[in-house]
Amino acid sequence: MELFADYTLRMVALGSAMLGIVSGVLGCFAVLRRQALLGDAMSHAALPGIVVAFLLTGQRDPLILMLGAAGSAWLAALLLMSVTRTTRVKEDSSLALILAVFFGTGLVLLSWLQQRPDAAQAGLRSFLFGQAAAMVARDVQVMVALGVPTLVLVALFWKQFKVLTFDPEYAASLGLPVRGLSVLLTSLIIVAIVLGLQTVGVVLMSAMLVAPAAAARQWTDRLGVMIVLAGLFGASAGVVGALISATARGLATGPTIVLCLGVLTLVSFLFAPNRGLIWRYTRQAVPQV
Amino acid sequence: MQPALAITDLTVAYHDKPVLWDVDLEVPASTLMAIVGPNGAGKTTLIKAALGLVRPAAGQTLFYGRPYREQRRLVGYVPQRGSVDWDFPTSVLDVVMMGRYGSLGWFRRPGKAERQHALAALEKVRMADFATRQISQLSGGQQQRVFLARALVQDAQIYFMDEPFQGVDAVTERAIIDLLRDLRANGKTVIVVHHDLQTVPEYFDQVCLINVRRIASGPVAEVFTEANLRATYGGRIAFLGHAEDDEATPSRTEGMLKGVAD
Ligand SMILES: Nc1ncnc2c1ncn2[C@@H]1O[C@H](COP(=O)(O)OP(=O)(O)O)[C@@H](O)[C@H]1O
Ligand SMILES: [Mg+2]
Repeated sequence: MELFADYTLRMVALGSAMLGIVSGVLGCFAVLRRQALLGDAMSHAALPGIVVAFLLTGQRDPLILMLGAAGSAWLAALLLMSVTRTTRVKEDSSLALILAVFFGTGLVLLSWLQQRPDAAQAGLRSFLFGQAAAMVARDVQVMVALGVPTLVLVALFWKQFKVLTFDPEYAASLGLPVRGLSVLLTSLIIVAIVLGLQTVGVVLMSAMLVAPAAAARQWTDRLGVMIVLAGLFGASAGVVGALISATARGLATGPTIVLCLGVLTLVSFLFAPNRGLIWRYTRQAVPQV
Repeated sequence: MQPALAITDLTVAYHDKPVLWDVDLEVPASTLMAIVGPNGAGKTTLIKAALGLVRPAAGQTLFYGRPYREQRRLVGYVPQRGSVDWDFPTSVLDVVMMGRYGSLGWFRRPGKAERQHALAALEKVRMADFATRQISQLSGGQQQRVFLARALVQDAQIYFMDEPFQGVDAVTERAIIDLLRDLRANGKTVIVVHHDLQTVPEYFDQVCLINVRRIASGPVAEVFTEANLRATYGGRIAFLGHAEDDEATPSRTEGMLKGVAD
């Protein structure tokens, strides 16, 4: 029994660490490209994809559910782009609208599914707020198999992603395929989102993208350092939060992780040198020479 | 000789509203050309259309007789500095090295050679001391010079510069002008969106007056006339009797013109 618990906890810790690193790293790009709200819409929009994937295949395999989730998240992003391009609806309105429609559809499908006498669907509800304790080896394998290549791609396209994020028009003038790179970056952000489905859940997943990046930005003025820090912050909050919720019975994992992230972010906003509030306050108090 | 840039019948519209209408423009090589016109005249749009950043409704742009796709390496771009978020976490040197990204190849990281290039360019715009600074700690004029240095490391033949003097002090403006003259002496062509009508005759060889349509373009002595300026600015123009005497600026223009566009 002891051994089994250890094994479960190790799985939980490994999976959450992977998730935290990937979402921290990709979250930096989402935040710097001012796509935090897009991230939120896309993670909520993943819900109907999960349910539909389950309905179509009847399987609860993580890879299949993640594929479904990624599909509907992409669909939401594409819809958003075409609505903003072809109509006069402002971007924030269309974001809110698309988030609500997709998430609402997901909830309806979920409650409809729950009335069926199908035992396997029992776990789907945990994708709302995450249930790390339910994680098994197969989940972690899939997370690592998706997460590691994602990080490798970020490293490979490092300079392209950097100039794309800082100055997309200049990037285009250099001859970089800006549209293709944007699609790739958005796809990688979606990978980060679907990695968090099991652990954090669709409702709070955007915090997993935004909070580590925002906290890391406080400590550094270099993109490389920011990304490493965000990965570390994401991983530590993920592991601590997931372990707390996995050991304390009945605690949803998503909110626990987000609380840990909240503490990290608060500390960063208060105590970071240069950008931190306390630093700024004391700097103001001391007369400048 | 083949012109460095030849634009024909260029029309650009945003949401069905034409912003540029049937513009023709020819720029000979080794020329400093000013693009002049009121705010919203389409100057930025003209540059973006030439660089393929906005899709024109009609028209053609050729660099040394061939389309941009084939000549990308020959073209350098200095965007308006307001076009990016200067709180981005990066250093001056890093931004300047971005100018080499196009020629570095897909997976090569910028290395020693790129650093050297970038530092030399920063030297030219008198920003070498700022190489390690975080870019948010720069003044407007310094930001402008960082963008200039970034374009210089591209080692292009044709440069487009969108308001490179915006927020730049007088001393730096001189330094930049000297730099542009160096470029011209090396056979480069520089096309500059410029707002200060007083300095056009002193700084530039050619000028293009634009307000949705191209009003006129050619050598400054021929086309920078009162009538053309009136046509460009729609009468919103004030005539100054004399320029304030500036020792560096020989006041060679009598009845100098001052744009009061917005
Ligand atoms: N992305 C855009 N979408 C819609 N209208 C635009 C866009 N960019 C510029 N415009 C409009 O096109 C006109 C020309 O703009 P611009 O080329 O920036 O002028 P200039 O650089 O001469 O001040 C302006 O009326 C401006 O409002
Ligand atoms: Mg402009």
